[in-house]
Amino acid sequence: MPSARMLEVRDLRVEYATPRGSVRAVDGVDLDVDEGEFVGVVGESGCGKSTMLFAIARLLSPPAGITGGSVVFHGQNLVTMTETELNALRWREYSVVMQSAMNALNPVLSIGTQFQDAIEAHAKYSAEKVRERSVEVMKLVGIDPIHLRSYPHQLSGGMRQRAMIAMALLFTPDLVIMDEPTSALDVVAQRSLMVQIKELQRQLGFAVIFVTHDMSLVSHFSDQLLVMYAGQVVEVGPTRTVFDSPAHPYSRGLLDAFPSIRGPRVPLTGIPGSPPDLARPPTGCRFHPRCPVAEEECPANEPALYQVGSVQARCLLHAPDRAALRAAARAREEVAS
Amino acid sequence: MTELAAAPVIAGPSGRDEVPLIETRNLTKHFKVGGNLSRRRLHAVDNVNLVIHRKEIVALVGESGSGKSTIARLLAQVYRPSGGEIRYLGRPLSVRRSRRDILAYRSDVPMVFQDPFSSLNPAYRVSHGIMRGLKLHRPELNRAQRQAEAERVVTAVGLTPAADILDRYPHELSGGQRQRIGFAQALAYRPTLILADEPVSMLDVSIRIGLLNVMAKLREDENVSFLYITHDLASARYLSDRLLVMYAGHIVESGPTESVLANPKHPYTQLLLSAVPDPRAPLVVDAESDKGEPPRVIDPTEGCRFRWRCPYAVDECHQVTPLLRILGPDHAAACHVAQPD
Repeated sequence: MPSARMLEVRDLRVEYATPRGSVRAVDGVDLDVDEGEFVGVVGESGCGKSTMLFAIARLLSPPAGITGGSVVFHGQNLVTMTETELNALRWREYSVVMQSAMNALNPVLSIGTQFQDAIEAHAKYSAEKVRERSVEVMKLVGIDPIHLRSYPHQLSGGMRQRAMIAMALLFTPDLVIMDEPTSALDVVAQRSLMVQIKELQRQLGFAVIFVTHDMSLVSHFSDQLLVMYAGQVVEVGPTRTVFDSPAHPYSRGLLDAFPSIRGPRVPLTGIPGSPPDLARPPTGCRFHPRCPVAEEECPANEPALYQVGSVQARCLLHAPDRAALRAAARAREEVAS
Repeated sequence: MTELAAAPVIAGPSGRDEVPLIETRNLTKHFKVGGNLSRRRLHAVDNVNLVIHRKEIVALVGESGSGKSTIARLLAQVYRPSGGEIRYLGRPLSVRRSRRDILAYRSDVPMVFQDPFSSLNPAYRVSHGIMRGLKLHRPELNRAQRQAEAERVVTAVGLTPAADILDRYPHELSGGQRQRIGFAQALAYRPTLILADEPVSMLDVSIRIGLLNVMAKLREDENVSFLYITHDLASARYLSDRLLVMYAGHIVESGPTESVLANPKHPYTQLLLSAVPDPRAPLVVDAESDKGEPPRVIDPTEGCRFRWRCPYAVDECHQVTPLLRILGPDHAAACHVAQPD
């Protein structure tokens, strides 16, 4: 069943309680992941992508909390589960790889001991089987099992990140959630790790949700691409289509933000400004203050996700009733003046 | 080739006869590793010869642990070299002993750090750091002139309104804005060369280009040179005139940026180039994909340091450490196997 639906996120909302009132960091996100699929999630810092991941894995802690929506994984809604129920799924059915392996691994325990801890928290294995499985996963990610006795500081950044991935694969889960696992690595180590993740995925068949701020990184690896801005999905579709013809100006901006290593050298501008303060998001389209093609209807009308060919984009450019919206915006302006 | 073998090839452009801004001769830095009695030495930088001219942007590229930050710190006089020397405007730094000389050098060659979240003091307003630098390095300015100068440099890095920005605390600024403040502080000293150590690697991809544009503009408007340290070849290409590629403490390739990238001579440069993610090009993965493991440089033996990862290594590579050889116009590589144009 290569295309069976594994994860269905519907209208997910996450809010942070702050002294100034609640801030909605994730606002009505829908996301579908099929078995064995690689889903890339891209966006700038502060657009809610990590918060969304943590919400899906049910790892949020106060002041953040899920305020609405559902996360259906293998037919069960994770949002309404208790911690005890979740513990039966965590690590065995889905696992998480954190951004910084240096901080996520315990510096005073050997890698092997940390593997053992993880196994013992979720299963009853004999000491023999724990060792066997640890050696197996280390070999899977291409590290000499001798490093099970090493401490995190004795490994290079690339090896630590591989060890984290090995740890996530201890129980061969169906879904691995990755939060910028390569951002601390050099380009060579980064590419090597991406190729390895893809290869493991082919061997073991798990699905991946991969968060990054570097859109170019996932271009060759993800099947589906989700572009987030200010807590919302602004574009979603097959990765290749989004890269070849981005339908949302923000996706276009992210794509044009990094210089190319080939072709002519052209001056670039990036995306001017910074993501909005989510406590006070802009009216209408949340991207309009930074948008190079914003029109008069954009500040007043909140766009929905519109179907554009095989992708969906949250931009009024693609609104079916755009002419009417513009006429209304003009009329309002005339009344105001 | 005999005359070339006599003098070391210096990683720099030909045809410029003025005294270079900065020049290193066999610059070397070793660190002691292990316990007190250990004799083991980590060779962070070995025999580096490089020059930087006025109004030039030179990119120094390499992986973590290749020694590129050590070079920046040697040039900033944070570390003392274990061997070799640094010349600034033709004069060795080792003869600059007086406090005035040292201060003058530090204000001419300031450094901008990688992490904009830890390099600004959170307890003080933005103006504090800039004003302190101005008081120390430009004592001739009075209070009003200092304020005017601070506003000028903040505007020069693209932050407006300047007076308002100066009054803020670091936590009120975004990462990109903080890093611009880092450049404004350096600019306040009227520098000739700014050492920028991975200035954009902590920032989001979407705002990196803005910082690169600031650096390009400062070169044009303020006649500043840059040593731009990075592991990102694409941004080095966008910004720099010349490229130096470092591997395990050695400069392994040097030349005009475009010719190095169009025609990389050293196998390590070729590997780096192939690893850059480029959505516009198809993905090519070689059968034995390199894992990107950094090399061992503790008491290294003779021989090319890249030989363990090199697909072309021959016997000679295990015996003799290759020196930079001229292989094209201004283009040199330290490789026994590389062929001239």
